[in-house]
Amino acid sequence: MSTKLIVGLDGSGSGDRALAYAKRLSKLIGKCSIELVYVVEWSPYSFQTPEENASRHKRREQEIKTAMERVVQPTLDALKADGFTAAGRVKHGDAADILNAVAMEEKAEQIVVARSSEGGFTRRIFGSVTANLVMHASVPVTVVG
Amino acid sequence: MKNTGFIKAPLLASLFAYPVLFFATLQSALAQDAGGIDAKVNEIFSLATGWFVNLIFANLPGTSFPWIVLWLVVGATVFTLYFAFIQFRAVGHAISLVKGDYSNPNDAGEVSHFQALATALSGTVGLGNIAGVAVAVGIGGPGATFWMILAGLMGMASKFTECTLGVKYRNEYADGTVSGGPMYYISKGFAERGIPGGKFLAVLFAVFCILGALGGGNMFQANQAHAQLIGIFDPYPGWITGLIFAGVVFAVIVGGIKSIAQVTEKVVPFMGIMYVAAAMIIILMNYDKIGWAFGQIFDGAFTGLGVAGGLVGALIQGFKRAAFSNEAGVGSAAIAHSAVQTSEPITEGVVSLLEPFIDTVVICTMTALVIIITGQLTSDPATGLYILGDNGQIVTATGASGVALTSAAFGSAFSWFPYVLALAVILFAFSTMISWSYYGLKAWTYLFGEGKTKELIFKVIFCIFVVIGAAANLGPVIDFSDAAIFAMAVVNIIGLYFLMPIVKRELNSYMSRLKSGEIKKFKN
Repeated sequence: MSTKLIVGLDGSGSGDRALAYAKRLSKLIGKCSIELVYVVEWSPYSFQTPEENASRHKRREQEIKTAMERVVQPTLDALKADGFTAAGRVKHGDAADILNAVAMEEKAEQIVVARSSEGGFTRRIFGSVTANLVMHASVPVTVVG
Repeated sequence: MKNTGFIKAPLLASLFAYPVLFFATLQSALAQDAGGIDAKVNEIFSLATGWFVNLIFANLPGTSFPWIVLWLVVGATVFTLYFAFIQFRAVGHAISLVKGDYSNPNDAGEVSHFQALATALSGTVGLGNIAGVAVAVGIGGPGATFWMILAGLMGMASKFTECTLGVKYRNEYADGTVSGGPMYYISKGFAERGIPGGKFLAVLFAVFCILGALGGGNMFQANQAHAQLIGIFDPYPGWITGLIFAGVVFAVIVGGIKSIAQVTEKVVPFMGIMYVAAAMIIILMNYDKIGWAFGQIFDGAFTGLGVAGGLVGALIQGFKRAAFSNEAGVGSAAIAHSAVQTSEPITEGVVSLLEPFIDTVVICTMTALVIIITGQLTSDPATGLYILGDNGQIVTATGASGVALTSAAFGSAFSWFPYVLALAVILFAFSTMISWSYYGLKAWTYLFGEGKTKELIFKVIFCIFVVIGAAANLGPVIDFSDAAIFAMAVVNIIGLYFLMPIVKRELNSYMSRLKSGEIKKFKN
């Protein structure tokens, strides 16, 4: 059975840094597959107008399609071209929860993320995704600087 | 050079003079015409809608009891009994559904039960809870509160029935958007059961829904928002408030400026919580009077304590204002709830049970208690009966009625609260208008079909009615608003009677699967 690594992508430089490290790890491990996860931040407890609700299903499909086309698929293609075994998915929800849930589901060895780019005010109020993940994850987490 | 200078000077002068002159003329026109345009609007409006109002509020032959109130009471009672007090049995399950215990994590990103409930609530929590309750206790006395709470509890069963059907028979379009509501479940459900007349009733409902959207969902809101503003600033003509409101509503529903609606949708829930918190504080500050206030509510409910019409007067006011506030049986909520993501329509029905509870049993009762406890209603110390004015309403401490009465009640405890309340009223009014513009639009497109121009026509009509609503007097506006909303209930409840066996089948199947463990929690 091959080792699985979960990599959190966010379409920015930090996602790329996490991926670079996962690729290095994967080579060291040998028989290893990389699972890319892109999370669209979403809360079931937000407030919306009736019109937003009516078109929510459509918007969700679009969000998944856009993230898949712009971020996940190009990365997957590049990984496969380099000879890596990889798969990818787009999910809605809280990033830390989702990364952990996918890791459990896939029985992954570890989660690789990069230090989040958000800072200042937002982080003080809500805490960073990375900090939440490190505190609550059920598998080892590697945070790339 | 000299010449140009010579020409320039008067040009400049006239550039400045024109706006000044314009404002001066406008100001004098306003001064002369204070109420002139408003009076005209009011007169035309009363003439145009009087017959419709009289028809809906006609008394039962030989009594002074409006048939429409009986209609609502009977409806709510039938649903309560038919579904064996579902409103009490399923509350616990409703709360776990809203918490997301039964939501499949793979559906994340779709409309959750919480969001559907919150959206429906922001359409119903509003002036009905603040101004409507003041009207109820102002005419029907404290006893109206008892009937209002009872109507709220029974209305939970009506809401359950209509919201289940709303989800079951919604239209899901190829582009991924959804449309639901009584017009869809009446036409599809009747066809499914082989009952004739579904299409006719659905069209009738859609017509009344458009009127309701323009009345209670629009004019009443604009009217009371204006009443609140002139309570704070010096009196000025209503059409000015109307134009400003219409402009903002236009920007959102026609201009598609989503940010305004999004900000409102986020602020309104906090306003609601703050309103209840303030009411709680006032009630607790007068904790020694809580027992007395409930005494007044119970005594008034069965004796009337001298209000016009006695027991019946209190009951009519309580039921009318409860229905106007929580819209149970009206069918509007079925439109709002139908966007939820669920494979079990019954779950949304169960969640919607909470709506009349929060709206009427909690928030309306708070308003009524604050008005009673702060002593706004004047009574004769010798007899304990309320003193009635010439108009048949109870004489209030400040002479205020409607939203101004609520404002005076809260203001007697916190002098600054009327300002907060004014802001809350304006935001509530606005969010209710946005919700109802959507309900009205759904009815409109059901009748005339979807299309940019057709939708634009409705939206423009909607904005025009904002101005009319702000300019007209409370009396005719409230009469028409009530009549239109209750007309929706007439059609909707007929539909619900024919379709309730379908809901029962869904309910039995769901409950047995829940019991057997086939339907499982995803979260613990």
